[in-house]
Amino acid sequence: MSSFAKPLKIALGLIVIAALIVVPMNFNRYGLFILSQWAVMAIAAMGLNLTLGYAGQVSLAQGAFVGIGAYAAAIMTTHGWPLPAAIVVAIGLSFAVGWVLGYPALRVQHHYLAFVTLAFSTLAFLVFRNESWLTGGIYGISNIPRPHIFGIATNKPLPFYYVCLGSLAIVSLAVWWLIRSPWGRAFMALRENPLRAQSLGVDTRRYTLMAFAIGSALGGVAGALYAPLTQYIDPVPFNLSLSLDLLMMVIVGGAGFFLGPFLGAMIAVLLPEWLRFTEGYYLMLYAIAVMGLLIWSPTGILGILDRHLAERRTKAASALRAVAKSRLETAQ
Amino acid sequence: MSAVLEVTGIKKNFGGISAVGGVSFDVREGEILGLIGPNGCGKSTLFNCILGQLTPSGGEVKLDGKVVTGLRPAELNKLGVSRTFQLLQVFPKLSVRENLILAGQEHQGSMASRLVGRSDAGLTAAANQMIGFFKLDHLADEPAGGLSYGQQKLLDAAMAFMGGPRLVLLDEPAGGVNPSMLSDLKERLVAINREKNATFVVIEHNMEFVMSLCTRVMVMAEGKVLAMGRPDEVRKDPAVIEAYLGH
Repeated sequence: MSSFAKPLKIALGLIVIAALIVVPMNFNRYGLFILSQWAVMAIAAMGLNLTLGYAGQVSLAQGAFVGIGAYAAAIMTTHGWPLPAAIVVAIGLSFAVGWVLGYPALRVQHHYLAFVTLAFSTLAFLVFRNESWLTGGIYGISNIPRPHIFGIATNKPLPFYYVCLGSLAIVSLAVWWLIRSPWGRAFMALRENPLRAQSLGVDTRRYTLMAFAIGSALGGVAGALYAPLTQYIDPVPFNLSLSLDLLMMVIVGGAGFFLGPFLGAMIAVLLPEWLRFTEGYYLMLYAIAVMGLLIWSPTGILGILDRHLAERRTKAASALRAVAKSRLETAQ
Repeated sequence: MSAVLEVTGIKKNFGGISAVGGVSFDVREGEILGLIGPNGCGKSTLFNCILGQLTPSGGEVKLDGKVVTGLRPAELNKLGVSRTFQLLQVFPKLSVRENLILAGQEHQGSMASRLVGRSDAGLTAAANQMIGFFKLDHLADEPAGGLSYGQQKLLDAAMAFMGGPRLVLLDEPAGGVNPSMLSDLKERLVAINREKNATFVVIEHNMEFVMSLCTRVMVMAEGKVLAMGRPDEVRKDPAVIEAYLGH
């Protein structure tokens, strides 16, 4: 099975990537907006998947980091700075704040940690709303420009969609590298057994802080793309419900699976749109679909696939054993 | 022979209860020291104090003559002190090989080099060797959580040796391991002790295992050292017999 599984996976991956590039060329403005939003939310969810899915640290503050990134980008680009510079600042700022937010995780875990991060989320919202000298308060910041990339204007929806998709690709490669590196292994060790990890020389403090900082930094990247995507931001989209949405994307897609956030973001961003034909019922149907999925598979969509593959492996192994046994018996 | 580990007057109180009441001993380079005593006599608490998992209420721990009391477990591990656990402590979702690579990776290079360098930190060969040594070959790619209790015990021990430690504290390595695997385990431990020049301290309830494995045995009762000596001496000690068999 594994002999052709790898080329098959690569082929499937290439088809999906090609489809993401080619198919949207005929999309209307709204379709491109939704797809761009998917790419942006997938980046933020990938960050949370790193913190929660791999390193096992619960966070209800990812939406706040998207907000920090969005405000950093909005303030800088409306003052004439180029978007790449704003992204660098958004990364640096959310990395630093995420690092500090990691300190409580050294003392409290699980639902206690959820409450600490929830409080931070509320705090960030209040700063966005009340510090109007910086953030424009409830009126927000409008006329956020879209960037020129290699001299090409991205004002139109399609070029900007490619900016989002390209950013998603870069972030995906970086995260793929990170989780395959010894750091990724150390993150999983934090999740699975921090006591044992310590006794093997894993500096659990530093890795915990890193898991928070890197996950938050990806939230910042998503925010820095969100601002030029909507071209107008106010505090409302970055309240607690965004953090909860991102948490749902990670859990529904499959926490701790590399592809989980892509699927989770797809469900959270696209499914409500596909259900719009039901008019007044679409949000209710959406809620029921999510509940049904989580009852059926608490480990998310990729959890179903993982279970299926594990069962097939077990069956294949027991078939091999049966063959070997019958050979032994005939040999006797 | 010089002392690798010197423990002086280690105390640990939990509230008003004294779990370890001033224990002193040393461990000589290359020896296998057994640590026995009835349940609840403070053996594991003593281990946790030495290893920095608990902060001792008093006393001092020296490694190669340097005071290491109060260092964190990860720091001690990097100085060459490793351990195994009484209860199963593996990473259940990682494969056997990944468990072993993880056990060695923090001893290689710096934090930054572990991010940009090879994904196995150059440890696949060493992990495979350890897998072969503990006869876990057929399980190398299985998630560790799917192994039997005895196999997980072997993996736990193998992990403790991945970083090339000088001193290993083993907490009941034989507990729950079936008798046919036991002589195998003993053989492996003796081989590592000789070939890698690693010093061991072993907590164990299986008397036969301790008496045949260890060069010296320390007996604890009620948080204090009751006796210390060669296995045959300790076995005859009337105080030890009384502590174990009662009146």
